[in-house]
Amino acid sequence: MISVWDYVISFLVGGFICFLGQILVIRTKITTARILVLFMVIGMVLEVFNVYAPFKEFAKAGASVPIIGFGASLARGAIMATKEYGIIGIFTGGLTAAAGGISMAIFASFLFALIFSSKTKKGGH
Amino acid sequence: MDREKRNTNYNLYVESKIPKTKAWPSLFKAFLVGGIICAIGQGFFDLYSHLFPNLAESEVTTCMLMSIIFLTCFFTGIGFYDVIGAWGGAGSVIPITGFSNSISSPAIEFKKEGIIYGICVKMFTIAGPVIVCGVVGSIICGIVGLVI
Amino acid sequence: MQTIKFKNKPYLLNGYSIVGPLEGKGPLKDYFDYILKDDTLKEKTFEKAERKLLQDIVVGAIDAAGLRVDNIEFFFGGDLLNQIVSSSYTARELGLPFVGVYSACATMAESLALASIFVDNGLAENVVAGTCTHFSSAERQYRFPLELGNQRPPTAQWTITGGGASIVSNTPSNVRVVAATFGRVTDYGIADVNNMGAAMAPAACDTILEHLKNMGRSPKDYDFIATGDLGKLGSEILIDLMEHHKVVLGKNYSDCGCMIYDKTERVFMGGSGAGCSASVFNGYILSKLKKGEFKRVLLVSTGALMSTTTSQQGDTIPGIAHAVEFEYCGGEQKDKAKKQLQSVKVMAGKKSANEKRVNMTVISKKPAKRSGDD
Repeated sequence: MISVWDYVISFLVGGFICFLGQILVIRTKITTARILVLFMVIGMVLEVFNVYAPFKEFAKAGASVPIIGFGASLARGAIMATKEYGIIGIFTGGLTAAAGGISMAIFASFLFALIFSSKTKKGGH
Repeated sequence: MDREKRNTNYNLYVESKIPKTKAWPSLFKAFLVGGIICAIGQGFFDLYSHLFPNLAESEVTTCMLMSIIFLTCFFTGIGFYDVIGAWGGAGSVIPITGFSNSISSPAIEFKKEGIIYGICVKMFTIAGPVIVCGVVGSIICGIVGLVI
Repeated sequence: MQTIKFKNKPYLLNGYSIVGPLEGKGPLKDYFDYILKDDTLKEKTFEKAERKLLQDIVVGAIDAAGLRVDNIEFFFGGDLLNQIVSSSYTARELGLPFVGVYSACATMAESLALASIFVDNGLAENVVAGTCTHFSSAERQYRFPLELGNQRPPTAQWTITGGGASIVSNTPSNVRVVAATFGRVTDYGIADVNNMGAAMAPAACDTILEHLKNMGRSPKDYDFIATGDLGKLGSEILIDLMEHHKVVLGKNYSDCGCMIYDKTERVFMGGSGAGCSASVFNGYILSKLKKGEFKRVLLVSTGALMSTTTSQQGDTIPGIAHAVEFEYCGGEQKDKAKKQLQSVKVMAGKKSANEKRVNMTVISKKPAKRSGDD
């Protein structure tokens, strides 16, 4: 069931997306928050034009791990919910779809913030 | 020479003085780090689809993302993720791990200002825009979906 | 006139510098008085660590000059944290009359200049001027959380952990403060907070030119000209700007930010922060001055006067530079200075670094109680 190809394609596609991001970083001095927002919006646009699903079928985790996948699932959630519940779905769909990721990020951050403290950067990286 | 002209000239001059660093090493590092993180994600995906064969693909994906997010928060806590980030650049930011790191790092950093005003308030100083744009964007997508 | 020439030329009794572990691996490691092994100084937060650091530095300087805290009339100091808390809290702990000074990374030169004016005019006998910065507290105030995995652009600089303090006095020693120039705030329209060197270089150029003109000197008259924290890029720009005004900065010019780190450390353009010029001056430059290896030195600390709010609102970065000129006077004051130096050396030499630190805490604890009731 596990195929090596899935890993190869995940590595290549995921790596390539980050490669494009790094070009942006070098060219425009873009900050972390802006990169995240930009790629998330790209994911949403891909989902709205129905490009994301076939892309994910092809690239596996290479499509779902980058924040593009997060954006796409927000968009897909909202679109699906409107089909099912009508107007109310516009507001409930997006966050419902992304709830797992957001909740885990908040919970784990809170938990580890209680446990760990920040440390000085070790020299210049 | 008026001030504005002097300033533009100076900015142009400074731009020409900035040493040009080679882009290829950092692009390669970003590719490598991003690729490895995605491959690890695929590993979790295969693990969960093996363990829980009844779950739909989208749910397995959610489980996989949650695992990576949890691990990233842990690595941020032990002070290892910033090392990856400084080495891998965008390769560590664009995967969901970057989102997770941008929530956990201010939470850990501002712990000293207290749980409410430190951890809770500062948690979204970097990732806030992602959630705001995500919610607003999803609402726009929902409207688009309704119209179509 | 922008330059103040001191009539009585106050003396620099001694200086003291402490730096962090990373700076302690650099090429100037033998010149610093104390190198921290742990940059938290066993405090809970980095802000607390920074004020402990400054406290140790100030007490260390007073100790090194063979004085006691109650011999000091004023403490001139500042730092980079909001509302210059590190200096204020240090002043609280030591119970010293405090003159808070802020001109970002140019604080060392500014407080030295002010201290010298006080002593020169007979308003005080012994004054301490000092400042310090801490990488981690600066990082969390000005940039991002420490654990955020981000990359810095190649023009960025590395805020140093460390600082220094000097005692300005009317008691003779073999280093004198000759003159000081307060700089104009200069803004050439640089808005990139990751390129401070370029933002501050025009200010440094303006102040150096003004100082040379008013003193009637050329760069050749100095054994050493040091700018505060322009970094590699900033000091190259400064050399270009000076050449544009037909003044050539020769081999006697260097930048404290470029000197403090080892070339193998990846600190981009070099060190920055108020502590940068403070530690390099009190560590390296002052020890060369005391020995007479440098006869005449110009210290030009440079500062960038923006805040996080102004830079987020897209404002450009105003720069400032203050210059202070020192000379070696071992020849003219030979006998007096020798005696002074010996007593200082005995004081400083007998105690090992560890003993000194124990001493500091003892001294610093006493006035703390007094200041508790405001």
